[in-house]
Amino acid sequence: MAYVAVSGGKEAIEASIRLLDYYRSGTEKDIELEAIEHKMSLLVDRVMSEAGFYSKSYAALALKQCEGSVEEAVFLLRAYRSTLTRNYYTEVVDAAEMRVVRRISAAFKDITGGQLLGATYDYTHRLINFEMDQENSTELYQTIRDELAMQKPEEIPSLPRVSGELKKEGLVETFPDNDQKPCDITSNMLEFPCDRSARLQTLSRADTGFLSGLAYSALRGFGQVHPTVGELRSGYIELTIPYLFDPGSSLYIGEILITEVECLNEADDDGKLKLAAGYGAVFGRNENKAIAMAVIDRELENKGNYPSQNEEFVLMHGDSLEMNGFLSHLKLPHYVTFQSKLDAVRKTRRKENE
Amino acid sequence: MNKNYNFAFLDEGSKREIRRSCLKAVAIPGYQVPFGSRELPIGRGWGTGGIQLTLSLIGPDDVLKVIDQGSDESVNAVNIKKFVGLCTDVKTTVRTREATIIQTRHRIPEIPMDKDQILVLQVPIPEPLRTVEASEEVTKKMHAEKDYAPIWLQLFESLVRYRKVTISSEYPCMVEDRYVMNPSPIPKFDNEKMHMAECLYLFGAGREKKIYAIPPHTDVVSLAFDDVPFEKESFQGKKCRLCGSGNTYLDEMFDSASGEKFFQCSDTSYCQEVRGCI
Repeated sequence: MAYVAVSGGKEAIEASIRLLDYYRSGTEKDIELEAIEHKMSLLVDRVMSEAGFYSKSYAALALKQCEGSVEEAVFLLRAYRSTLTRNYYTEVVDAAEMRVVRRISAAFKDITGGQLLGATYDYTHRLINFEMDQENSTELYQTIRDELAMQKPEEIPSLPRVSGELKKEGLVETFPDNDQKPCDITSNMLEFPCDRSARLQTLSRADTGFLSGLAYSALRGFGQVHPTVGELRSGYIELTIPYLFDPGSSLYIGEILITEVECLNEADDDGKLKLAAGYGAVFGRNENKAIAMAVIDRELENKGNYPSQNEEFVLMHGDSLEMNGFLSHLKLPHYVTFQSKLDAVRKTRRKENE
Repeated sequence: MNKNYNFAFLDEGSKREIRRSCLKAVAIPGYQVPFGSRELPIGRGWGTGGIQLTLSLIGPDDVLKVIDQGSDESVNAVNIKKFVGLCTDVKTTVRTREATIIQTRHRIPEIPMDKDQILVLQVPIPEPLRTVEASEEVTKKMHAEKDYAPIWLQLFESLVRYRKVTISSEYPCMVEDRYVMNPSPIPKFDNEKMHMAECLYLFGAGREKKIYAIPPHTDVVSLAFDDVPFEKESFQGKKCRLCGSGNTYLDEMFDSASGEKFFQCSDTSYCQEVRGCI
């Protein structure tokens, strides 16, 4: 009679939630939110990106609350956002104006404004640093601050996009600005075929693993060709909202850190070739996801029979909340439907049916 | 009630938007109305469509009943009740007749509901044509054109292969001779309760972002051929070992000690009422 009893759910749930505290209580040492925010910042960035909610401190809090589970932290932030009234939409941002902290191009050695390597793990050797076990964080903090204090601040100019040069030459297609109001995927159901604005929003919030795997499939053979990263840049962009009392002016509300990618592919242009761009932009320093997004954007534009080129397949199955919610619901009791299945199976096996 | 959150969790604008979608759904019985599904603190796939309907409809004077698999005590039902309680403080009940809103997963209560009651059903896959067509863009067109040939073909193929229609729960229905509708994963046993009913049935799919409805006195017919009538689950010769009912949907159980198989009402509050426990 163990599993069939469905009563007593309330006590079981309460005990189960208390047990979660047991798992979080493994040591007397605490992990401070400030430490999560600054020392696990790539994890924080990933959570903010998949949640579509930019707040480092709330992301850190969410991660602490759920033992560092990305999907649970995303869940907490999304659910919290549902309770907030949407007061404003920000004005359009031109990411070419970004205060860049890193900018590279795999297409050209020399680009206007220059490449800026910035911080990257790309050229580290992935050897575990056993000394980090003994690291003195106060000393680390101080050393880096002292080093910074000795440097002379330099103005970072806004850097034109690499694709801009190719557009001038006519190799990359130029389109007029699309000033159509973007679809808001947080308050509308996706309908197919869908706007590019809806596609890009969905991809930007998509689960990192899902998007990376799909983009990889497109590169490996289940898709188009090998795209070139025309430009990858990370940096700060300024957000403004319209100022209601003076239609011409706007209010600055803060800046966010994003990673933006443009990928270039050869594409047919009526008997000639052209370069077609795929676009990716995600919260935080989140480079592979931004590249994956740019690859998939191009694949969807291209259309075709591979999974990565199928709009519904890609956009309907990459949301962390939706995939994990539906997968985990399989753990709920299905007594009634299973009984119905049993009935259907038994009926086909009865003697009189043979 | 947690004062950090609005009454019924969602902001008023979102609730009003969901109610408008409900009105549209009632106006076009069986038609799936898309809506801007909000994220909730409960998992998508765990009844968030139903919860959003409940939250947008509920007022301080409502009496709520939540069931899962027919049971008020099931973990998920308890959890949903706890969440609604956290942000509304409304009275809850286990008695079907006392409730003004009943939220359910996988069952329709055995006691017929009346005109002052709403049954909110949680829906995982709202699209009845999904089993025959994967693309939303295509199924939308099929509904618009009333092109239901593939689902009839599925029924027919099942007859050819197994001499039975083998769809178990989620058995598709024709609503007002216009839209084929997925009644959510209720057993076939419950399908006929939707036909010409007194109460309003609302269906919410949170993950799939759809709302649809069966208003009172609506024609709801389970798909079947003229010469092969619709057949629901049969519990012939079996009855509930607790209350003795032989006309209810039964759960099949095993006594792990003796290995003996027995049956029990899936609708636990109905069973308790028959026995006079509540």
